Amino acid sequence: MVGIVSYGFYIPKYRIKTGEIAKVWGKNPDDVKRSLLVEEKAVAGIDEDSLTMGFESASSALSEVKIDRNKIKVVLFGSETHPYAVNPASTILAEFLGIEKNYLAYDTEFACKAATGALISAQALIKSGYSDYALITGSDKGMSKTHDTLEYTAASGSVSLLLGKENLILEIIGFESFSSDTPDFWRREGMRYPSHGGRFTGKPSYFYHIEESSRSLFKKTGLAPKDFAYSIFHMPNGKFPLQVASSLGFTSNQIKDSLIVNYLGNSYTASALMGLVAVLEKAKVGDLIFLCSYGSGAGSDSFALRVTKNLAKRRKEFSRIIKDKKYINYPTYLKYMEII
Amino acid sequence: MNYITGYYTTRFGELWDKSLFDLVEEALRGVLKQNNLESSQIDAVFFGNMLAGVLENNLHSTSKIAEILKINVPIFRSEAACASGGVAFNLAKTYLDSNPNKNVLVIGAEKMTDYSPEETITGLSAAASGEEQETGLTFSGLYAMIANFYLEKYHYTEKNLAYVSIKNHYHGTLNEKAHFRRKITLNDVLKSPYIAYPLKVLDSSPISDGASAVIMTNNLSLAKKQKYSVSVLASEMMSDTISLKERKQIDTILATKLSGNKAFKTAKISRKNINVAEVHDCFSIAEILAMEDLGFWEKGKGGKKIKELSTMYGNGGNLIVNTSGGLKAAGHPVGATGIKQIGEIFLQLTNQAEKRQVKNAKYGLAHNVGGSGGTAVVTILAS
Repeated sequence: MVGIVSYGFYIPKYRIKTGEIAKVWGKNPDDVKRSLLVEEKAVAGIDEDSLTMGFESASSALSEVKIDRNKIKVVLFGSETHPYAVNPASTILAEFLGIEKNYLAYDTEFACKAATGALISAQALIKSGYSDYALITGSDKGMSKTHDTLEYTAASGSVSLLLGKENLILEIIGFESFSSDTPDFWRREGMRYPSHGGRFTGKPSYFYHIEESSRSLFKKTGLAPKDFAYSIFHMPNGKFPLQVASSLGFTSNQIKDSLIVNYLGNSYTASALMGLVAVLEKAKVGDLIFLCSYGSGAGSDSFALRVTKNLAKRRKEFSRIIKDKKYINYPTYLKYMEII
Repeated sequence: MNYITGYYTTRFGELWDKSLFDLVEEALRGVLKQNNLESSQIDAVFFGNMLAGVLENNLHSTSKIAEILKINVPIFRSEAACASGGVAFNLAKTYLDSNPNKNVLVIGAEKMTDYSPEETITGLSAAASGEEQETGLTFSGLYAMIANFYLEKYHYTEKNLAYVSIKNHYHGTLNEKAHFRRKITLNDVLKSPYIAYPLKVLDSSPISDGASAVIMTNNLSLAKKQKYSVSVLASEMMSDTISLKERKQIDTILATKLSGNKAFKTAKISRKNINVAEVHDCFSIAEILAMEDLGFWEKGKGGKKIKELSTMYGNGGNLIVNTSGGLKAAGHPVGATGIKQIGEIFLQLTNQAEKRQVKNAKYGLAHNVGGSGGTAVVTILAS
């Protein structure tokens, strides 16, 4: 069985309240909060980017296990804010982690599901015998145009997963993927900020792809929503995951612990994985976890995971860590995001 | 006499899987099928569309319609901003007046939701004067200025405006082709975010996709063969200054007043005869002005009258307005709107309006406005 051996996460210290952004643009803060269900979001500092955050989360993932790092022959880095357009972040990450040079590395991009796509590839490489371990990272310093709806939610954060065959904390019982050419959100070459198709990002995009990949996984595994202790979805805002969970037949109890978007925002590639981190703080042995990502363009990967007894040994504190925060105002936010 | 013998409309809304000409084709085929006509029996086509040239670099759409229908007949496109459909109908009627025994197709269509709101709003702003565009005025801004003036002059509040949206959203729930099909309350309207004070999101019609088509003929024997037909008593169009600042009064849409007066004169009926009307409610204030300028309500009394909701379906009034849901709830695919309004009256006068059917409707009026009142078309139909 292939699965997850350990995990790590990183959330920058800075927060901006959605109300602070709303006031700048003459919007009613309560209207914005009510419509997006996001109170505040995490913001990377001026000296942070997807790679530095990725290094933090990967270091944290590796700190929990005593393995020969040279057995990690697969290092994948998923992001939509890679520091370089050309020049892999995955090799820089591996170098700084002290992984020797005999490894396969590549960066992946598929909007917010770049890391879960990498997770599927990585587990296959382990299953094939190519490597004992694989390290995947989803990390983003989420950018948005000023005065765009995205500005209230685009956040920063990183999650890393170490995959392997033994000593697992989470077994991958099954996965499914569903993709189509649906351009709901994009960033063209040379453009700094993403564009999106407004409500087109909803029904024909997020909901359609997630529902298809989820139902296909239920069919493949013979599992039903009621079998899972937790459900986790990509969180572009607070409303979409609630709606899609309900349409698939999950209860609010099954999804509530994963809804980190309410207080951390949408850290793009790390969003659904950060939901997993939140859930793992509470999950018990034998719990089934449903994890479903969404990437614009568009596609969705869904996973059925089972918690093993090893989780207790490598469980991370989450709710206490994220309380260590510092609020910034809008001009500081613009500075940290290098917009001004 | 000219007769409308058939009407078909696509659903209005965010139709992301349909292009402009998918919608055009659906409406053309739909209306031909309804009248059991072949495209070879059509003598001319009139097409109302505003934005295809601006948003998708698609002009010469008349030739595209020839390609869809596989016919070689005169096809004309009209552009008069939001009155493009009404003007297409007016031109078709004028064409029939000088060409006996002809059948024409009149279609209006618009594809608006494939573009960012900024692109679509910029495209729509092409219907305002250059000076207004340069000052950054959008149509929300122009109608907000009109609304502010009206509310101040006649001592009304935003609440009075809200009743237009409440009524039209209720009507939208009864129309399965409408963009929005949910009821809204006074509180919903008042709590919705401002677009341009005093107009809020729920005072404003949406950006929609859709296409609507009618068949009009002056061939009496063909009209008699059809299951349904209504007589076109009048279709009158008037123009006025494009710039709001050049108007003598801004709480009156002069083009509406003039085209309405002329239409009633031509139709030889009085306002009291009209049982159903579709008026141009691009913003809530616009329906109030329309009701006054068409002579249904006294000038300045519209704010009070709308609160009584006598023009709402089911309230027993003599005149029911915007049974389709109006632009507010049925949606506003700009070029299609004028044809949908005429089509809705056709449905009412031929007892095909199902859940929203007004009993014993004999006479109906459709009122279509372009820009902030630079163009208006008033059409009167009889069963």
